[in-house]
Amino acid sequence: MDKKTIHLTLNGEAREWRVYPNELLLNTLREQEFLTGTKYGCGIGECGACTVHVNGAPRLACLTLALACEGADILTIEGLARDGKLDAVQEAFLGQSAFQCGFCTSDMIMMTRALLNENPQPTETQVRDYLRGNLCRCTGYASIVRAALDAAEMERQETA
Amino acid sequence: MLPTNTHILYPEFDYHAPTTLYEVTELLAQYGDSARVMAGGTDLLVQMKMERRQPSQVISLMHVNALQGISQNGSLDIGATTSIQEIHRRLPQLYALAEACNGFSSIQIMYMATLGGNLCNASPASDSAPPLLTYDARVTLKSKTAERVLPLERFFLGPGKTAMQPDELLAQISIPAPLPHSGSAFIKISRVVADISQVCAAARLTREGNTIRDARIALGSVAPTPVRAAGAERDLIGETFSPALAEKIGKQAAQEISPISDVRATREYRQQVAAVIVRDALLRAWERAQ
Repeated sequence: MDKKTIHLTLNGEAREWRVYPNELLLNTLREQEFLTGTKYGCGIGECGACTVHVNGAPRLACLTLALACEGADILTIEGLARDGKLDAVQEAFLGQSAFQCGFCTSDMIMMTRALLNENPQPTETQVRDYLRGNLCRCTGYASIVRAALDAAEMERQETA
Repeated sequence: MLPTNTHILYPEFDYHAPTTLYEVTELLAQYGDSARVMAGGTDLLVQMKMERRQPSQVISLMHVNALQGISQNGSLDIGATTSIQEIHRRLPQLYALAEACNGFSSIQIMYMATLGGNLCNASPASDSAPPLLTYDARVTLKSKTAERVLPLERFFLGPGKTAMQPDELLAQISIPAPLPHSGSAFIKISRVVADISQVCAAARLTREGNTIRDARIALGSVAPTPVRAAGAERDLIGETFSPALAEKIGKQAAQEISPISDVRATREYRQQVAAVIVRDALLRAWERAQ
């Protein structure tokens, strides 16, 4: 089993990776790029902790082969802030203190970002449905949902 | 035995990323049983992490454009690697299938998982299979030298087992053009939305005035494969629809299945709930069959 070379875009920058066939995107992000904001939870697609955006869509990095990311555009929590300015979703999570232990914070923020890209003005039910695959074991869901709705409102006012 | 570590993918394998169907079938002809095709990876990689499957060759299908997308050619043809999310978004008029796709654990899985992958995994609890059975779906299997079309019913042989040969690939799922005045519905019972079903049911009805012209009922998580309730279907056709009839047929369908007790539900629970969700799916399908 030999390493292969792939090219991709990571948080807006071009990257060349040398990876093994059985290397998971999550391992490469955490151990080669040292981007540890994306978390390893269950490893089998139950918890959502490893959510990143691949070509604009939310995906589980623990069930994605690194080699399958040839040519992909990947966004992780580390790439969300632009020019030293936090994303509206990050600001809203801070505003609502929408975290306790913080383990799910990256995935909740990345998932909320994906939701607002698809549907800028979601209802509370739509927020809860979109985040259904992201577990918070501190069970701080109420503030997370409030933060998602706040972020939508902040972006509505910005564009108004 | 060491506990499974799902944080790494332990087994070693060669990875192939062909771009044409022919290349895929050539690889399958060459490697046969030691190869496994991978679409979204949401089932295969979990099975490999658990060391339930150890293919020495993994063939990614995600760069084969011919396997992706939805087209209308008399029948509705769905490429095997079309994502569950795309099917949910683009085929809302196929109520039962759209409802089943929306029940797929999480949004991330809906983006990653594919229709062909869900069928080839051949889980008795597959959400997409019962709706497709009610639409009389057919699957196209391709090998390097041949192509055959099977009714979906004959595709499933048992848990994780399909009629596909080691050198074959599921290329396409086809749904015949729906008869006018048809409606369908899918209902799934699970502990939480994101969980595997304890029992699920789909129904399709075609009406002519108040008469039922055609009927299909299919259930999941109640047998080694997704199954149709053929006797109950027969007793609907030609009858005048009424809520009382839906109730009776629901009970009859529940008698036709022989579920097992497992970690998710008992046999008795599955049977009782099947009667209720078949009834409700029939009521909903009838309402939609305007």
